[in-house]
Amino acid sequence: MNQHPPEAAAYAGPPAAQDGYPSREEVMLASRLAGKDLREVRFSVPSIHCGGCLRSIERALGRLDNVAEVRANLTTKSVTVRWPDGAPPPPIAETLAAIGHTAHLGSGDAAATDRTQAELIRALAVAGFAAGNIMLFSVSVWSGAEAELRNLFHVLSAVIAFPTLVYSGRIFYRSAWAAIRHGRTNMDVPISIGVALAFAMSLYDTVQGGPHAYFDAAVMLLFFLLIGRTLDHFMRARARSAVGDLAKLTARGASVEHEDGSRSYLPVDEIRPGMTILLAAGERVPVDARVRSGASTIDRSLVTGESAPRPVSADAVIEAGTLNLTGPLRLEAISTARDSFLAEMVQLMSAAEAGRSAYRRLADKAAGLYAPLVHSAAFLAFLGWAVATGDYHRAATIAIAVLIITCPCALGLAVPIVQVVAARRLYERGVMVKDGAGLERLAEADTVVFDKTGTLTADCPELAHIYSADDRALELAAALAAHSRHPQSLAIVAAQAAQPKHGETRHLDDLREVPGQGLEARAGSALLRLGRAEWALDDPAAIAALRQQSRTILSRNGQLVAAFAFRERLRPGAQGAIATLKDHGIAVEILSGDHAGAVESLAGNLGVTRFAAGLRPGDKLTRLEALAQAGRKVLMVGDGLNDAPALAAAHVSMAPSSAVDVGRNAADFVFMRGNLEAVPFALAIARRAGRLIRENFALAILYNAVALPFAVAGYVTPLAAALAMSASSLLVVGNALRLNRERPRKTGRKGAPSLADRAAQSLPVAAGGAE
Amino acid sequence: MSVLVYLIPVSIALGAAGLLAFLWSLRSGQYQDLDGAAERVLFDDEEGPEIGKP
Repeated sequence: MNQHPPEAAAYAGPPAAQDGYPSREEVMLASRLAGKDLREVRFSVPSIHCGGCLRSIERALGRLDNVAEVRANLTTKSVTVRWPDGAPPPPIAETLAAIGHTAHLGSGDAAATDRTQAELIRALAVAGFAAGNIMLFSVSVWSGAEAELRNLFHVLSAVIAFPTLVYSGRIFYRSAWAAIRHGRTNMDVPISIGVALAFAMSLYDTVQGGPHAYFDAAVMLLFFLLIGRTLDHFMRARARSAVGDLAKLTARGASVEHEDGSRSYLPVDEIRPGMTILLAAGERVPVDARVRSGASTIDRSLVTGESAPRPVSADAVIEAGTLNLTGPLRLEAISTARDSFLAEMVQLMSAAEAGRSAYRRLADKAAGLYAPLVHSAAFLAFLGWAVATGDYHRAATIAIAVLIITCPCALGLAVPIVQVVAARRLYERGVMVKDGAGLERLAEADTVVFDKTGTLTADCPELAHIYSADDRALELAAALAAHSRHPQSLAIVAAQAAQPKHGETRHLDDLREVPGQGLEARAGSALLRLGRAEWALDDPAAIAALRQQSRTILSRNGQLVAAFAFRERLRPGAQGAIATLKDHGIAVEILSGDHAGAVESLAGNLGVTRFAAGLRPGDKLTRLEALAQAGRKVLMVGDGLNDAPALAAAHVSMAPSSAVDVGRNAADFVFMRGNLEAVPFALAIARRAGRLIRENFALAILYNAVALPFAVAGYVTPLAAALAMSASSLLVVGNALRLNRERPRKTGRKGAPSLADRAAQSLPVAAGGAE
Repeated sequence: MSVLVYLIPVSIALGAAGLLAFLWSLRSGQYQDLDGAAERVLFDDEEGPEIGKP
């Protein structure tokens, strides 16, 4: 609906799009029907941080016409707005901007209830309820109830345990069955077998009026394991929703001009080759396209890794995902979204990902060794007792006691608890862990490969040098540049803002941006130009002299006033992160799509000796495969569309929050605060977590080694089993919590400990200090 | 001993009531914004609740 934007706004793009706010059409595309007659849209508002924000946001949006319901959420830092279906969407982002919040469209499905999560919580609640009640009965039995009462309590326990084991246990049975069907084992196989046998045996004994029943052990086991599993799921769900809420960098749609001259806003999927797309400045190119008319500058950094924006004019071909910086363009689509550059990357990625799926989780590896051992021990106990005493019932009871006492409660908690604690620590530092397996793989990494543009460097350049005799040149240039969103203009404005003020502000008339060339304005009688040398200067000799150096020129009436040189700005923490990594014997490499000069100078600055430039996405993939062949475990850190296949192929991968959507989705970790120190920090935490997991395994195995002889000898009663199980679980959880403790500092350096310092100390290599 | 005849059902019923209350609170979205709920309790809503206004 509302496919026709007002005519006045047509060529400038969809209404409000130029200001960086999502247009009405985009909001419509992102919204969904909620209940009857209401549409709902979710905006992510990262700046919500207190109750006052909730209140001011709900007030401001609640006052808008047509808004039926507003609910701001402090936990997920988002706002959900509902309005009557059929009415145009309210100006949500604009209203939020007016009260000082930046908002962008969130991923729509995040609001929909997560079904796995709901299932886990319900299963946990039921198991908790049942465990509590059965334990009450068990305590009475253990404290010496009469035979008659004991039997009554056993029957009641069975009545509560049966539906619980079916309802709460199905999560484990399902996963165990899936593993067995594929000829593998995982941790859920011994769990399922243990629980099922314990219940069957206890039921038999209850019917027979026997003294021992293990209903409490079976239900408690499920309860403990469900706690671990639910926490694990929560941690991943939180990371996923945080990553999903980052601003979408791919276009959701574009304004299309039809043959009859009418215009409409179409979702990306409906754009066909040959259609005419009207692209305003500040919008991303929706599909691969050829420029029909217009001129502009295109930022390709997210797509190819090139740092310098490239001017385009008629007949140039531009890839989907590039950003149009300076002027409106009329484009002809040359492929559908499915065949665009983006889709090509997605294909490369799915091919690359196949290699990684061979990784087996630590817990499953452990279960592969553990399950056959325990099951054969139980079987041997059964055989031994049956042969020795001829009492099959007694032999079966003991065999099942062996299974219950060794049932991997501690083993099942050993991995998820550590990963939950690790993920929480990383979350506090703005690093999102998408999957526990990523943490395990990160702990193994011995090589870090960085992309250059957007990963090692910040997204906008900085002013390196001003070549001018006039010390007011920067002020003049900034007055012009303030009106453009070209990265170099932003850098000039930033440099001016850092200077002490010089007095009166310049008054400029007729300011306009000449797409692909630069900015132009009048100051009194003088014509000022800021941009490319060919355009700004009249003197051909001066042009020829300056053209080589790719500098931006400020001219007055065609005469040179100043030349500005730019350099790439390092992302904060880049220097420290690379130094820390190298100190700990981790190989560092840079793979970039940018030209060799830029890569070489940056690598020199950072002290990285191994780098490659001018790589296409496939080349990066080849390099990663070569490293993998050589036995290296590679951590890939990258942000661009051209890095996405490499992110998917690497042993483990990280992306900054500014990365393209596919890149963020392919990466195992996303760091939100833009500081590269997150890389060594995450590596350190992952390694400590890996060590704690192994310690937990050792504890669980030790416990089993102690308990097994008692079980085989037939001394294990339900009381002993319950105590042993709880104690071992507590031990494992307690050990995992040690990850929360800061390590004592080894080096006595001045100043506040930096992230790198703390990370350095927890890397297992002897850390002398980061010099 | 006969006291158990009603004490046991009562204890189980109380437990079940707690379980149902939890499942209801889960379903009605009370765990969607735990941080926000802690702040909202401090709002004075002199002009009536902001949220869910018609």
